[in-house]
Amino acid sequence: MDLSPSGAWLVIVVASLGCYALKLAGWAVPARWLEGERLQRAAVLLPIPLLAALVVVQAFAGDRALVLDARAGGLAVAVVLVLLRAPFLVVVLAAAAAAAVLRAV
Amino acid sequence: MGIGAAVGAYGLSFGAAGVTAGLSTLQTCALSLLLFTGASQFALVGVLGAGGAAVAAVAGALLLGTRNTLYAVRLGTLLPVRGPRRLLAAQLTIDETTGMATAAPEGLAGTAFWATGASVYVLWNGATLLGALGAARLGDPGALGLDAAVPAAFLALLALQVRARSTLAVALSGALIAALAIPFTPAGVPVLLAALAVVPLILRRRRET
Repeated sequence: MDLSPSGAWLVIVVASLGCYALKLAGWAVPARWLEGERLQRAAVLLPIPLLAALVVVQAFAGDRALVLDARAGGLAVAVVLVLLRAPFLVVVLAAAAAAAVLRAV
Repeated sequence: MGIGAAVGAYGLSFGAAGVTAGLSTLQTCALSLLLFTGASQFALVGVLGAGGAAVAAVAGALLLGTRNTLYAVRLGTLLPVRGPRRLLAAQLTIDETTGMATAAPEGLAGTAFWATGASVYVLWNGATLLGALGAARLGDPGALGLDAAVPAAFLALLALQVRARSTLAVALSGALIAALAIPFTPAGVPVLLAALAVVPLILRRRRET
């Protein structure tokens, strides 16, 4: 992390206020303002590419470069387990264990 | 019960991810208490952990939080919440409470919403604390593979959202945009650029109608 502790607190407070405002807005504004079909679809679809991008960034990003290290091995194990419909904690722990083993050998 | 186990596991992973990203235990717990929307929290610590800027971390969390606005609209039509109780209902407006309230039998939507909201809030924050304390005590996150646990957590979350071939295409496009952007943009920006992957699908839907 590149931020100072106070910088991190600022991020936490601003993001929390912003996300709370997003939640409250849905309760406060008239429903017909948000009924547009494209708006609805955008909000439902948005998490999908963002989560996919987070997978890539967390597994393959180095310092301004794509890198292949033990994290990729962990991700490969996670892909298999997700396809097998394993529970959340199993997927996460197995990925961590696979990466730890790859680093140890 | 199924939701309880999933929230507990997810909260433990978030607590560990927050500390692994470089936040303190207190900061990680503050996110669960105040932000209280899992995917946004994970995105925020993910961007910070990768060395991203404050603006990118906040923007990622907000983009993932937009669906809660639509959840609130749907909940508003299901349960009559008036006055100051709305302020509390707003904080509890997340995937799990919306899912339970919309699935509840006629007349029980309110009960389902408040009961799910209260139990998820307690469980999520308790699990975050345990995960953060555990990761803080365990030492070197890399040697334990904790940095590999974070992408696995995102993948498991993603799998819940991808049900159709069209959504799989959106996921793969988002992943490709991020991979192409990583060498050329500062940390945090690839995730924001990936949001563009929804544009073709939204435009295509308009032509069909």
